[in-house]
Amino acid sequence: MRIRPIEGPFALTHRSGNADHLHCLNGVATARGLRRGMPLADARALCPDLVTRPSDLPREAAFLSALARWMGRYAPWVARDGLNGVMVDLTGSAHLFGGEAALLRDLQTRMVRNGITAQTGIADTGGAAHAIARHGGGIAAAGGVMEAIGPLPVAALRIDSDTAAALARLGLRTIRDLVLVPRAPLARRFGAGLMLRLDQALGAVSEPISAETGPPHFAVRMTLPEPIGLVSDVEAGLQRLLDRLCETLALHGAGARRLRLELRRVDGAEAVLEIGLARAMRDPARILPLFRAAIAEVEAGFGIDRMRLVGALTEPMPAVQLSAAQEKGQDKLADLVTRLGNRLGFENVQRFLQAESHIPERSYLIAPMTFSAVEETGWSATDRRPLTVFPPERIDAAGPTPPARFRWRRMALVTGRASGPERLTPEWWFDDPAWRSGLRDYWKVETRQGRRLWLYHTPQSPAWYVQGEFA
Amino acid sequence: MRTDLALPPLAPARVHEATGPGAVGFALMQAACQTAPVTWITPAHDATHLLPAGMGRMLSPSRMMLVRAPSETDLLWSVEEALRSGAVGMVIASPAKPLSLTAGRRLQLAAEAGRTMGLLLVRDGAGSNAVETRWHCAPLWDERISTLQEWSLIKNKKGTLGTWAVNWDDTSRSVRVVSKAGERALVADPAH
Repeated sequence: MRIRPIEGPFALTHRSGNADHLHCLNGVATARGLRRGMPLADARALCPDLVTRPSDLPREAAFLSALARWMGRYAPWVARDGLNGVMVDLTGSAHLFGGEAALLRDLQTRMVRNGITAQTGIADTGGAAHAIARHGGGIAAAGGVMEAIGPLPVAALRIDSDTAAALARLGLRTIRDLVLVPRAPLARRFGAGLMLRLDQALGAVSEPISAETGPPHFAVRMTLPEPIGLVSDVEAGLQRLLDRLCETLALHGAGARRLRLELRRVDGAEAVLEIGLARAMRDPARILPLFRAAIAEVEAGFGIDRMRLVGALTEPMPAVQLSAAQEKGQDKLADLVTRLGNRLGFENVQRFLQAESHIPERSYLIAPMTFSAVEETGWSATDRRPLTVFPPERIDAAGPTPPARFRWRRMALVTGRASGPERLTPEWWFDDPAWRSGLRDYWKVETRQGRRLWLYHTPQSPAWYVQGEFA
Repeated sequence: MRTDLALPPLAPARVHEATGPGAVGFALMQAACQTAPVTWITPAHDATHLLPAGMGRMLSPSRMMLVRAPSETDLLWSVEEALRSGAVGMVIASPAKPLSLTAGRRLQLAAEAGRTMGLLLVRDGAGSNAVETRWHCAPLWDERISTLQEWSLIKNKKGTLGTWAVNWDDTSRSVRVVSKAGERALVADPAH
């Protein structure tokens, strides 16, 4: 909405079951008689010029978390309230902002400046504040909860819509009505949940706000009083950011796998440098040199006035006992992989892994080094397998035994000794186009010219191929 | 040419070259002499792969770090970085084009800085002047030994040239020099 303001009625839709429902709507849409939860088809009938977008629930939740973190500026006890609200325990902190009314004004101003439409309410209890915020907003005077929420409809009590409708059928439309009727029959008919919500709103039952700690946030920023442009200055700044970030990482026993440095220039443009690391790291002295090449290429323009360093991808990295020499070699190797990977792509720095297959080409895997562990043991080798393999090259020959003389790569070769055959059958559970020709009889052919080749014959569709070369 | 000398080991912290059809075997057998990881850098389009079940005779595939370079410049850059880092014991690469003098010299300096040995597998006649030694390697036909190779030292900055016939010993995982054809009767099979 902030990026593309829409003037007319607008709604977000949410698909549940196989029908679209309105999930969230703006003021104009509400004024035209649309309600939340209404099927999209009905809404279109009422309001043909309705503009809709599908909602994105995970991103909404992420935004709410971010909002909750930002609300930490008002008080330390902040919690998300359902799917669409944030609740703050202001006890003892409102005076820091000049009283509740001033705090609310400050909050509204900041929200509007950021393009957020928010409804707010302050009351003695969480339940009452929830009700007030969603029905007009304002501040309930201390001890005046009943006066403030009495006239509000019962739906404001955080009860489900069925209960609210049943209460309405009984003629209990406002919260005040609910308080005046005897409790016992109500509890028997609607369960203890309704009474709990009522008591929470009125303060008879306490409802502490459990502030969520949230996952640790690995990002640090630095705003500079004067713009900087020299590479050495940026590095000095990065050094400080790295020190702080690595401290946070160490505190949470994590290491960074991917780091993003955002440099904002005075004219508003932003340069983003991103580096990947071969393994989790939190050592500023080793990370800094990896940024060096990228920093030198940044166009500083009129200068950089804000730097932000984000651990875009982190993973657990428990503290380990370091042992002298071997650990150092590992570090150097990881640094090398990082440097190669950042230029060539991490998928191009690989290692061998074992695979369970009797087909020579599939008896191993080649996996990126950063995402696989080294397999020290379990490798077997035999002199019946060549050093190198290449895509099969057909040669002119016939018969089930290796030809006495043949031409391969424009060389005339004479067979000196042939050992075999070793019959390999295709894996029937795996349809490999290269093995469609059926069985293969592999031979090791040593030629009088010296070359030792790995030949195979396919008896089911007779032909000879060269596939590898021995030492 | 002298054949009675022991095979000279490749000088550490220098860049060497190998040509000929047996160059891959030469590289693997040289890497087998060490215990540190080995970086094997090939062009990304190269369709010839090492087969762990075969090369495992020389060195454990777990020691091998494979790098696929999308372009020739990337390949040379990777070789230089790997040599300079000192993190691996040996860097083996197969550049597609002959090295320029500058490139060869840069690699030599990187090898010295990182105390790492480099080995380039080049095509016949595509060698660089900056390398320490160049070897021509070819498999040899023999009635009895099926890993016999002929390794000829065809360029050497600090020593003499020579030709050696060697074979690979699976049990000791080492290269063994075999006497030349005329004298081979001395080690003939006792059954004869």
